[in-house]
Amino acid sequence: MLVNQVAVFLENKQGRISDFCKALSSADINLITMSIADTTDFGILRAITDDNDKAIKVLKDAGFTVSSTDLLGIEVEDKPGGLADVLSTMDNAGINIEYLYSFVKKDGKAMILFKVANIDETIEICKNKHLKIIDTGISIK
Amino acid sequence: MYFNKEIECMSRSEKEALQSERLVDVVKRVYDNVKMYRAKMDAIKLKPSDIKSIKDIYKLPYTVKQDLRDSYPFGMFAVPKRDIVRLHASSATTGKLTVVGYTKNDLDMWAECDARALVMAGATPDSTVHVAYGYGLFTGGLGMHYGTEKLGATVVPVSSGNTKRQLMLMKDFEADILCCTPSYAIFLAEEMEKEGYSLKDFNLKAGIFGAEAWTEEMRKTIENRLNIKAIDIYGLSEICGPGVACECSKQSGMHIQDDYFFPEIISTDTLEPLPIGEEGELVFTTLTKEGIPLIRYRTRDLCSLNDTPCACGRTSIKMNKVFARSDDMLIIRGVNVFPSQIESVLLSNPLASPHYHIVVDRVNNLDVLEIQVEMSEALFSDEVKTIENFKNKLAQDMASAISVSAKITLVSPHSIERSEGKAKRITDKRFVK
Ligand SMILES: [Zn+2]
Repeated sequence: MLVNQVAVFLENKQGRISDFCKALSSADINLITMSIADTTDFGILRAITDDNDKAIKVLKDAGFTVSSTDLLGIEVEDKPGGLADVLSTMDNAGINIEYLYSFVKKDGKAMILFKVANIDETIEICKNKHLKIIDTGISIK
Repeated sequence: MYFNKEIECMSRSEKEALQSERLVDVVKRVYDNVKMYRAKMDAIKLKPSDIKSIKDIYKLPYTVKQDLRDSYPFGMFAVPKRDIVRLHASSATTGKLTVVGYTKNDLDMWAECDARALVMAGATPDSTVHVAYGYGLFTGGLGMHYGTEKLGATVVPVSSGNTKRQLMLMKDFEADILCCTPSYAIFLAEEMEKEGYSLKDFNLKAGIFGAEAWTEEMRKTIENRLNIKAIDIYGLSEICGPGVACECSKQSGMHIQDDYFFPEIISTDTLEPLPIGEEGELVFTTLTKEGIPLIRYRTRDLCSLNDTPCACGRTSIKMNKVFARSDDMLIIRGVNVFPSQIESVLLSNPLASPHYHIVVDRVNNLDVLEIQVEMSEALFSDEVKTIENFKNKLAQDMASAISVSAKITLVSPHSIERSEGKAKRITDKRFVK
């Protein structure tokens, strides 16, 4: 029921994002989407790839600090209000969202990825509200 | 176990008699043979005959590093050049090198110091000693090398660099004693893990670490990661090199080889000798050295002495860990800050990596202190707030330890230079502009 994400530490220095992309492409890993959270002196790059296990290995070899996290993925129609509906459902249920980002899949549907404190509880609530949870079939083993 | 029980366990009164006899002799030798000492003594109307026992040492003038630089290269040698069999030199950040010359007897004395040190760390003639200090003009490598041979143990003179090969040899040759800088010991532990070794692959029992400042926390890190006893050694090339003092297995201060080197602690303000136990600058007089004897040499190292009897049975006076270099001290916004204080805070935080770099700058006429710390697996999170919390906690701990606010900057793992000699932990940009 989860989407596995790879996160790496980015020192505030030119070229680190490009190093990240090079490390993945040299190992033939496809980057599905990424998002960067940055502060004044460091950043965290969060990414979904088509082979996270392999990505973690090549990124570590390239000298990155890596962590692996499971996110909740919800599919919505790519149209105005799609995200707003999901967010108000979560809000009403008192779910605390740490961060979120989204991307549009090949089939034209939008995928929203959530980091929440209590993922199991959130899944239950989403199911009850008939939200479409996406399972990529990979998660932390 | 002692290397030289007669000397190492000698009674204090016998030791004092030996020191007195040797001091009288060395003062005569420097007065007769070293222009600088004759001039310094003449200037205060002090004759060699005024020095009758070790109690008279306080009458003698100090020697400072600048004296050695001014006499570059051989001006302070007390014997003809043909009697010198080895030269070493210590690097200088500015200007000339400091050159030291050894006679055959000097080398033998130095080897004796390191043989005593090795036995204190637990080495025996059956040991294999892996010496990963640099060999060359730097005294680290060759000092432990000849000490090992003097003991009759097996020395592996691997020197610094090529860590993969170091690990392979340490395993294959079954070294039980490791000699290197403490930061390199931590680096070796990291590399061991990376290369897929387990501690069972090695036969290490103890390590003798020195040549740079390190803290108790760093000792714990090394002892836990390598599962060895980490022994602190002290030395400086001006006096002979590593082995001037070394800890015994009690790890309660370093036994000074005070039959060769007479220690004093002086106030850096008044330059007056301080009572035993007080903190101040460490001063040494070499009692037997022939090549370049030094009288009351100011080491710039700050520490204290301890004359309580040691449980190991040795009677020599001990020195506590050097807590700072009087010339490494940073003055930031009027406050004295020692890098060792910063290191201590980092090492007591389980999430912080022990590798750091200090950058001091002046922005808008205000001193700014930045401490760069490496990101680690233990600390990293996909959430900004977790990392920010760590930074804030570290900044608070730092401020309460050093009384100056510091900016904590997280940098990529392994981006801070690992040193095989003395670690360069400070960049002070205030004096470059
Ligand atoms: Zn002892």
